[in-house]
Amino acid sequence: MKSKSGDRTAGDLLLDMRDIRIEGFSDDVWHPIIKGVDLKLHRGEVMGLIGESGAGKSTLGKAAMGYAQPGCRITDGTIMFDGMDLRAKNDAELRELHGSRIAYVAQSAAASFNPAHRLIDQCVEATVGHGLRPDDEAKADARELFAALQLPDPDNIGDRYPHQVSGGQLQRAMTAMAMSSRPDLIIFDEPTTALDVTTQVEVLAAMRDIVEQFHTAAIYITHDLAVVAQMADVIKVLRYGETVEDAPARKMLAKPEEAYTRSLWAVRSLEKPQETSEDIILRVNGVDASYGSTIKVLEDVTIDIPRGSTVAVVGESGSGKSTTARVITGLLPPMKGDVLFNDEPLPLALKDRTKDQLRRIQMIYQMADTAMNPKHTVRDIIGRPLEFYLGLSGKKLDERISELLKMIELDDSFMERLPSELSGGQKQRICIARALAADPELIICDEVTSALDQIVQEGILKLLLRLQKEFNITYLFITHDIATVKAISDQIVVMFQGRVVEQGMKNDILSPPHPDYTQLLLSSVPEMDPDWLTQLLESRTEAGGMAASGN
Amino acid sequence: MSTDDQTYSAAGEVASVAERRTWWDRTWRDLKKAPLTAWFGMIVISFYFVLAVFAPLIAPYGESQIFDTPYAPWSSEFWFGTDQLGRDVLSRLIYGARNTIGIAVATTALSFLIGGSLGVMAAINRSWLDQALSRFVDVLMAIPSLIFSLMLLSIFGSNVVNLIIIIAVLDATRVFRLARAVSLNVVVMDYVEASRLRGESLGWVMRRDILPNILPPMVAEFGLRFCFVFLTIASLSFLGVGIQPPTADWGSMVRENAQLISFAEYDMKAAMTPLLPAGAIALLTVAVNFVVDWFLHKTSGIRDEK
Amino acid sequence: MHPIVRTVLQRLGLGLLTLFVVSVIIFSSLQFLPGDFATSVLGQAATPETVAAFRKELGLNEPAITRYVQWIGGVLQGDFGSSFSGRSQGREREVMELIGPRLWNTLFLAGMTAIIAVPLALTLGITAALYRNSFYDRAVNATTLTTISFPEFFVAYILILVLATLWKVFPSLANVRESTELADRIYMTALPALTLTLVIVAHMMRMTRAAIINLLASPYIEMARLKGVSKSSVIIKHALPNAWAPIVNVIAFNLAYLVVGVVVVEVVFVYPGVGQLMVDAVTTRDIPVVQACALIFAATYILLNLFADIVSIVTNPRLLHPR
Repeated sequence: MKSKSGDRTAGDLLLDMRDIRIEGFSDDVWHPIIKGVDLKLHRGEVMGLIGESGAGKSTLGKAAMGYAQPGCRITDGTIMFDGMDLRAKNDAELRELHGSRIAYVAQSAAASFNPAHRLIDQCVEATVGHGLRPDDEAKADARELFAALQLPDPDNIGDRYPHQVSGGQLQRAMTAMAMSSRPDLIIFDEPTTALDVTTQVEVLAAMRDIVEQFHTAAIYITHDLAVVAQMADVIKVLRYGETVEDAPARKMLAKPEEAYTRSLWAVRSLEKPQETSEDIILRVNGVDASYGSTIKVLEDVTIDIPRGSTVAVVGESGSGKSTTARVITGLLPPMKGDVLFNDEPLPLALKDRTKDQLRRIQMIYQMADTAMNPKHTVRDIIGRPLEFYLGLSGKKLDERISELLKMIELDDSFMERLPSELSGGQKQRICIARALAADPELIICDEVTSALDQIVQEGILKLLLRLQKEFNITYLFITHDIATVKAISDQIVVMFQGRVVEQGMKNDILSPPHPDYTQLLLSSVPEMDPDWLTQLLESRTEAGGMAASGN
Repeated sequence: MSTDDQTYSAAGEVASVAERRTWWDRTWRDLKKAPLTAWFGMIVISFYFVLAVFAPLIAPYGESQIFDTPYAPWSSEFWFGTDQLGRDVLSRLIYGARNTIGIAVATTALSFLIGGSLGVMAAINRSWLDQALSRFVDVLMAIPSLIFSLMLLSIFGSNVVNLIIIIAVLDATRVFRLARAVSLNVVVMDYVEASRLRGESLGWVMRRDILPNILPPMVAEFGLRFCFVFLTIASLSFLGVGIQPPTADWGSMVRENAQLISFAEYDMKAAMTPLLPAGAIALLTVAVNFVVDWFLHKTSGIRDEK
Repeated sequence: MHPIVRTVLQRLGLGLLTLFVVSVIIFSSLQFLPGDFATSVLGQAATPETVAAFRKELGLNEPAITRYVQWIGGVLQGDFGSSFSGRSQGREREVMELIGPRLWNTLFLAGMTAIIAVPLALTLGITAALYRNSFYDRAVNATTLTTISFPEFFVAYILILVLATLWKVFPSLANVRESTELADRIYMTALPALTLTLVIVAHMMRMTRAAIINLLASPYIEMARLKGVSKSSVIIKHALPNAWAPIVNVIAFNLAYLVVGVVVVEVVFVYPGVGQLMVDAVTTRDIPVVQACALIFAATYILLNLFADIVSIVTNPRLLHPR
C-alpha cells in the first residue's frame, strides 16, 4: 500500500477553500452560483453543508474536489487540499487525488453504479487503478467494509450487479466504494434523500460509524437539518450561493445566530391544538383497491374524517396513502367497499359523479410546478373553476379572482402571470386559490409542503390553517413528514403496506404505547437533537429489534 | 445576511423567477440571438415563399409554353436555356416552386391532421384504441415508406391526389408516434389530472391542456416531416412515378434534363441545368433544417435525432 | 427458462408476426386493382376468353384466403409467380428469373457501401461526441446537417459532374453484367457506392453522436470520473459495455435506410439492381414484380431491426444477470 502524506490526527487543516466563485451556464449566459464562499475543514472533522434547493451546496461540494460539474466553471478563489492548490493542478494530477485521497458518494446510488459491472469490481476500481493495493487485497478489504456497513451476506453481495440489490444497500455499497482507498476526505452528496425514513436510519448509522472508525474527514451535503444534526461536528448554512452562518453543530442547533438559520426551525414551532367533531364529512368504508392486477394496493381501509378538522395520513412510499386519495377522488374505483360523503355514498368512478359532487372535494398537489398548466395565466387557472362550477363571467369573475388572490395574500398584479413567473410558494398559493375557488367542503392535500423550502412551508401551513378557520374546510393531509403532522393535524391515520395501522387523535397516536410499525416509523424520523441517532440505536439494541452498528 | 426574512410576505417572495415579457418581446429577443444559420434559413424560406405565391407574376414565360428550340443554351432570352421540349427552364423552376412546395405542404398538413389527432387521442385514451392504433402503426412502419408508396402508386396509379393521400397516410405513422409520445408526457402531469377531477370534457383537455404544451415539439417536427415528405415526393417524381408532366416539378425536371450533364466538357452551363432544380430542392431542405435545428435548441436544448 | 432466451424468443416471434402481416398487406394490394386491369395488361386485342383465362390464373374467382396460401407457399419456395410484362406479346417470364441476378447486384452495392460507411460514421460520431462543442464537432455537425438535406440524386449528379465528366475518374454508368470481373465491378460501382456512403454517413454520424452524448451524461460516468478513472478507462470500461445497444440500433436503422436509398441511386447510375427493377415494374404496373420487390425490401428492413433488437437484449446487463 502506498504511504500517504500526513498523519491522521485531528486538528490539522485539511481543506481550505477561500473566496470560491462558481458560475453556471444557462440561457446562453454565465451567471453566478457560488458568490465568494470560504470553507475550512480539519482532519477527521465532519461538516454538514445545508441549504435549500438552489443554494449551491452540491456545486460547492464538488468544487472541494477541484471539480466543476459539466456546465459550470470555477472562476475565482483558491482550493488548498493538504497544502496542494487543486485549482493549479491539471486533469491528470486531479485524477491522482480523486478516488484515492478524496472520494465522492452520490445522491442516487442506483444511477451512479454502472449497470454493466459487479459491485465489488466498481468498489475497488479506484483503489486498484491508483495502485494503492493489489486487486485481491482490495477486494478482501471491500468485503470487510461491506460487513462493517451491515450489508447482508458481505462475502458474496459484491458479486451482484447493481440492479440486483435494494436502494439502501446500494447507498451503503457506495460508501464502501468511497472508503476503499481510505481517503482523507469524503463528499457525501445528499446520500439518503432518496431513501424512506426507516431505511435512512440504518444507512445514516452505518455511514457515521465508518467515518468515525477510520477518522475520515467528510462534507455531508443535505437539506435536512435533523439529519445533519446527527452526522456533523460543524455546520455551514448556505443560501443563494453565500454563507449564512458557520458554527459547531451543537452550538448552532441550540442557539442559531442568523434570522435565516432560525427560520429553518420555523415549522417545528407551529403547533395547533387538536380539535374534533362528531360530524363525519367523509368515510372511506372497508375499501380494497388494486391497479389492474390481483395484488391489492389497499386492503380493508376505513378512515373517518370529521368536518372542519385536519386528518393526516402518514406512511412511507408504497403504504397506499396516495392510492387512498385516488379512491376518494374517483380516479381509481375500489374493488370493494365504498366512500360516503355527507352520509351519502359517492359514485365510485369519476365519470359517474355530478358536477356538484366534484366541486365539493378539491385537491392540492405536491408539485405546484406540474399541477398548473404552464401555458395558462393565473387568471385562467383560478378563473376556470369559477366559470365551470359557478358560471361566473365578466366583471363578477374578475372581482372573485381578485378576492381569492387577496385571501392567499397576493394581489391583482399576479393575474396575468404565467406559472413560470412565480416563485415556489406563490405557485402553491395559486393552487390553493384554485381549490378554494370551487368553494369546497373537503380539500385533499398531497404532500403539499414537501417540495418547498422551510420558511415557505411555514407560510403555506399558516395560510391553510387560517382558511380552515374562516371557511370551516376539512383537510385530508397526506404526508410523510411527522413535523408537519405535529404542526397542523387533529387526527392521524398511520398506513403500512396498504392497511391502516391505527387512527386516532393526534396526541394519542404520538404518545406511547404504539403498535410496532408506528413505533418504527415515528422513531425513525430524525430529530434535531444531535444525540438522537445514538440514543435511538441504543434503545433499539436494548429492545433487540436491530443489531448494533459498527464492527 | 439581512434580517428581511422576518418580514416575510408571499407577494415579495423572490426566487429564480422568469421575468415577465410579452410574446413579441420574447420572440424578438430570441430572433436577435439566433445564429447566422437560422437567419440564412429564414431568409431562404421567405424567398421560396414569395416565388411560390407570385409565380405567375415573376416567371418570364408560361409553365408549359413551348418554344422552337429544345435544349437552347443559356442566353438573355432564356436565362437557363430550354428543356427537351423547348420550355423555358427558369419559368419552370419558378412554377416548380409553387407545385413542389405546395404539394409537400399539403401532404405534411394532412399527415399532421391524421397522425396528430390520433396520437393525442391515443395518449389520453390509453385503452384498446391506443393498442390497436399503435400495433397498426408498428406494422405500417415495418415497410420502408418509399417502397410502400411505390407499391401503392403502382396499384392506384400516379396522380397528385393519390400521391398526397398515400404519402400523407404513410407519414402520419411517424407523426402519430411523436404526437403520442409527447402527449403522454403531458397527460401524466398533475394539471391534466386536476382538469379531469374538475370534470372537464375530453375536448377541453385536448384543446386547452395538451395542445398548447405539445406545440413546440410538434412545430419542429412539422419542419422535419416537411423536409422528409418534400424529399420523398421529389424522389418519386425523379423516378417518374410522382408528379406527372406537364406540371412543372423539380424532381421530374432533374430527370428530364439529366443527360445534359454529360456535355459538361463542351458547355458547362448546360450541364448545370439539371443541377438547378436539384439544388433548389437541397437549398430549401437545408434552410428548413437550419431553422428547425435552432428552434429545437432554443426550446429544449436537445436535438432528437431521427 | 433464462429471461434472455425468453425475451429473444418473444422478439423473434414478434418479428415473424410482423413479416406475416406485412406479407398479407402486400398480397392484398392486388385486390384493389381496377376492374379493367386485365385488358390493359393483355392489350386491346385480348379476346374475352384470354381475359377470363388470365383472371382465372390470377385466381380472382377463388376466395382470398386460398389465394394467399397458394401465393405465400410459392414465395417460401422462391416462386413469386410470373411477370405481367410481355404477356400481350405472349412471352412470359418468371419473377424469380428477373429478380435473382439483380438481387445479388443490389446486395453487392449495399455491402460495399456498408463496409466504407459504418466504420467511417462511427469514428466520426464518437470523436465528435468526445470532443463535443469543439471546432471539429461544429464543423462535422454543420457539414452533415447540410448533407442530410440533399436528395440522393443531387449528390449523385454532382459526383457524376465532377468525377465522371469533368475529370474522368469513374464511369458515370454502372451497368455491370454477370460476367463482369470483381475488380471491374468495384470500379464501376464506385460512384453509386460513394453517393450512398455520403448520405448514410451523415445520418449515421449524427445519430451516433447523439447516442454517445446521451450515454456520457449518465450519472455513473460522472461517478467514474470522480473516482479518478482515466479518460480512456471511462470510455472503454464504463461507456462501451453500455454502448452496444444504442450503436447497433443506429447501424441497423441506417442500413435499413440504405435499402431505400438504393432505389434512387440505382436509377441514376442505371445499375441493374432490384430497386431499378421495382421502379420499372411500378411504371408498367407489373404487380407480381412489384409485390416481390416490396416483400424483399420489407423483409430486409424487418430483419435488420430484429437483429438490432436482439443485440440490445443480449447486451442488457439487467437481462443478462436477472435478480
